[in-house]
Amino acid sequence: MKGQVFAITLVVISGVATFVLFNSTMHSLDYTRSKFYRDCDFADVFVNLKRAPESLKETIRNIEGVNRLETRVAAHAKLDIPGFKESVTGRIVSVPDDGPPLLNRLYIRKGRLPDSSRDNEVVVNETFAEAHGLQPGDQFAAVINGKWKKLTICGVALSPEFVMVMKPEAVTPDFKRYGIFWMNRKAISRAFDMDGAFNDAVISLYAGARENDVIRDLDNMLGRYGGYGAYGRKDQMSHRLLSEELKQLKTSARIYPIVFICIAAFLLNVVMSRIINTQREQIAILKAFGYGNFSVGMHYAKMVVLMITPGVIIGIVAGIWLGRMMGGIYMEFYRFPFFLYRLRPEVFLTAVVVSVLSAIGGTLHSLRKAALQAPAEAMRPEAPERYRVSFIEKTGLGRWLTQPAKIIVRNIARKPVRAFLSLIGIAVSCALMVSSGFFRDAVDFMVRAQFVLSQKEDMTVSFTEPTSYRAVYELKRTPGVLDAEPFRSVPVKFISGHRSYKTVLNGIAPESKLHFVLDRKLRSISLPPSGILVNDYLGRLLDVKPGDLLTVETLEGSKTIRQVPIVALAGQYLGMMGFMNLGALNRLMNEGEAVSGAYLVTDPLFREKLFESFVAMPRVSDIFIRQNEIRNIYEVMAKGMLFFTFIAMLMACSIAFGVVYNSARISLAERSRELSSLRVLGYTRGEIAYILLGELALITLIAIPVGFFVGYWLCAYIAYALASDLFRVPLVIELKTYAQAAAVVLGSAVVSGLIVRRKLDHLDLVEVLKTKE
Amino acid sequence: MNQPKENIFQVRDLTKIYHMGEVQVHALRGVNMELYAGELVVLLGPSGSGKSTLLNIMGGLDTATGGFVSYRGKNLTKATEKELTDYRRYHVGFVFQFYNLISSLTARENVSVVTEIAEHPMKPEEALELVGLSERMDHFPAQLSGGEQQRVAIARAISKNPAVMLCDEPTGALDSKTGVLVLQALERINRELGTATAIITHNADIADMADRVIHLSDGKIADVTVNRVKKSASELVW
Repeated sequence: MKGQVFAITLVVISGVATFVLFNSTMHSLDYTRSKFYRDCDFADVFVNLKRAPESLKETIRNIEGVNRLETRVAAHAKLDIPGFKESVTGRIVSVPDDGPPLLNRLYIRKGRLPDSSRDNEVVVNETFAEAHGLQPGDQFAAVINGKWKKLTICGVALSPEFVMVMKPEAVTPDFKRYGIFWMNRKAISRAFDMDGAFNDAVISLYAGARENDVIRDLDNMLGRYGGYGAYGRKDQMSHRLLSEELKQLKTSARIYPIVFICIAAFLLNVVMSRIINTQREQIAILKAFGYGNFSVGMHYAKMVVLMITPGVIIGIVAGIWLGRMMGGIYMEFYRFPFFLYRLRPEVFLTAVVVSVLSAIGGTLHSLRKAALQAPAEAMRPEAPERYRVSFIEKTGLGRWLTQPAKIIVRNIARKPVRAFLSLIGIAVSCALMVSSGFFRDAVDFMVRAQFVLSQKEDMTVSFTEPTSYRAVYELKRTPGVLDAEPFRSVPVKFISGHRSYKTVLNGIAPESKLHFVLDRKLRSISLPPSGILVNDYLGRLLDVKPGDLLTVETLEGSKTIRQVPIVALAGQYLGMMGFMNLGALNRLMNEGEAVSGAYLVTDPLFREKLFESFVAMPRVSDIFIRQNEIRNIYEVMAKGMLFFTFIAMLMACSIAFGVVYNSARISLAERSRELSSLRVLGYTRGEIAYILLGELALITLIAIPVGFFVGYWLCAYIAYALASDLFRVPLVIELKTYAQAAAVVLGSAVVSGLIVRRKLDHLDLVEVLKTKE
Repeated sequence: MNQPKENIFQVRDLTKIYHMGEVQVHALRGVNMELYAGELVVLLGPSGSGKSTLLNIMGGLDTATGGFVSYRGKNLTKATEKELTDYRRYHVGFVFQFYNLISSLTARENVSVVTEIAEHPMKPEEALELVGLSERMDHFPAQLSGGEQQRVAIARAISKNPAVMLCDEPTGALDSKTGVLVLQALERINRELGTATAIITHNADIADMADRVIHLSDGKIADVTVNRVKKSASELVW
């Protein structure tokens, strides 16, 4: 019994721990976020525009629902960090000269806000400071509006606006190569010629205000000032990413604990029916003494509760421990001033109540049987087990089976429900392993699709302003550049009926040799001379298909609204955008040969030199190096994924071990007499182990492919549940992942088999012959 | 008993001490005996006299504390686990009080369990025919009476053509009429196949069918008697 209770305890621990882990992490993250938002007055509505006079402030304030308003100047900058020879860019955001911001207040970790009398002081965000080991007092250079400027760090801070710092259009956070910098309004306005004007605003609303109406009014008002469109919190990058994370946690909190609770209930059922069977006589004696059904039932109910109690307690403790650990991992990416771990009483109570109820639920059948047994009936030994020739043997296969094989087959056939549930339990553990490997496969696939198959360039250079094709030809002539192709990138709003989506429309050179648009099967789609391609998820969101007309509103330059036919849907896993032929996009924009940047193939020997010269070019706003992007994705993914894989593996092992070990122990208890008899007849230890464990081996071997199947659909559900406009997880599971899942399940099965085998080797042959079953 | 028979078992100074918690139980206190080829011996004694312990050691199911048992010149008390398994597999047939059949297998299959691993087995059908169960071969244990189950056990024991049959209270769980049927089966096998047979019982009436009767008492052999006239099993009543 000790071993079996231990196995059940493992499963209960896993179930309760994952329940507490996911729920408490979700609640903690949610709570920490709202506390931080509240403390620092996180804005409700965000506006970016080209340039508007400060006097417009009053008009905006008069919009119904607007509570507080802060205008800002924000701009992009290139940086040169001492000792770091790679492209670093950042966003500079103004803070008022006369004290802390009204909205999105900074949480100063070190140092202070910039001195209003100095124009070279800057506060940097914490992840960037940490990544480069920067302290207040350190200096670095920045290209601000084409001019080099030496800046001094006066503080390190956090902001509710940048809990997660991620470069727009980037795939993963890159703390080394992208940062947020806060400067005095005066200083930044001077640098960007924004005196008496603003290009960014944050707004808080009154409770009950209609956000959509405010956004509509803002858009109407700011259109002529080059407004890129106002948006609410739900579309604010950092908030979005956090919400996605919470969504993932919710999915996990829903799936995993249920699996464990079902398995724990099943295991308890098996163990309790066995216990009750062997204690028939005691039950009868108790009832003969006058104990009622209820008290007998209660006795076993208490036993069940006692059995799961250690698991529930350890599970809660482990869940809290893991939750804090996971909180720590989150804090590396999502920066809050504090992580407030919250275990809500209802989570704790639910864990206890659900565990107890499902445990009793799982054993209800046996309990009922025990309570309702007539005393005299219980005194008699159980009727001999009835067997039949199994269905499989009737097909003619029976002739080929040895007697031990027949014993295996008939035992499975006699208790089909138990065999089936064991099978499902093992299959689930296999499925969990598949789902943990799936994330790695999906990321590999995304990287291959996004960075290997569709991008042949190794460097991307963006210009501060749309430029003529000539700039690209110049780049092409630079020593070390082997090939260069122009591209155009325009912020747009796609509209179809009442649906709309703001994103970027990319113009790619016709017959491009560097940049490809792929379909779902990773085949390159050739760009037609006219018409537009959108990725399939965006197509679904806008409810459009090839052949439909899509309204494209450009949000840059001379704003135009055109109807463009959709020619195809592209397969794309990261972001959502549209693609057009470069010339067609130029025509759509009513512009000449304008480009936003160039894709480059460079000679590795010249790469560093090229890079330095690009950084020095005032016209170049940004440089992407493909190698760095890929490396960064894996670095970021590795941390979170390792933790998740570790958890999944622990869970899978505990289930596989719990199910196999329990089944083996129960079989051993039920059949030790039979197995001893066979030993007496001259069967070797190996031969009887084959009979006992062969049944489980067979179930395990069948369960593994079933687990692959369940795992596939579990992954499909995860992919479906996680799909968002930020990314779609491709449903790709590599052979290696299946193999790994099978190996872990087999490993756990073998280990539990070996433990039982040791018991089997010490069967007392004499003892068992003396007693009648 | 005119010509000298092969001596299958030789038991010398056999002792066995069980440790039951703090208490030492002397189950055997120096037993000496032989078992010859072809003979039917009844080991008679009250419960606790050590007869089952003796049989278990002779059958390779238990180890001795002192002395030795040799089977056809081989010392069983010094045999390894594997040698004992082989010994049970190829040389001895067991019959127990509670039949010990595999409930998931039919009568025929229960016999096949042994014939599949034996060296020179008879056909399962043949063995079942010998115990008069040709008609019930495809029945599962749950569908057979106690006597029938015991006869399946005998068929199973005999099917490997063992040199010796060791039977521990074969009629202990049966009524007298059914018990006689079982004893008849044992008698027939002893007579027709010449298999040496040792039957343990506390039932003195059964002793009448033996060639020799070994009386055990308190872990020692009290007496050995030879039946000048053997009764047929069918004549036994108790």
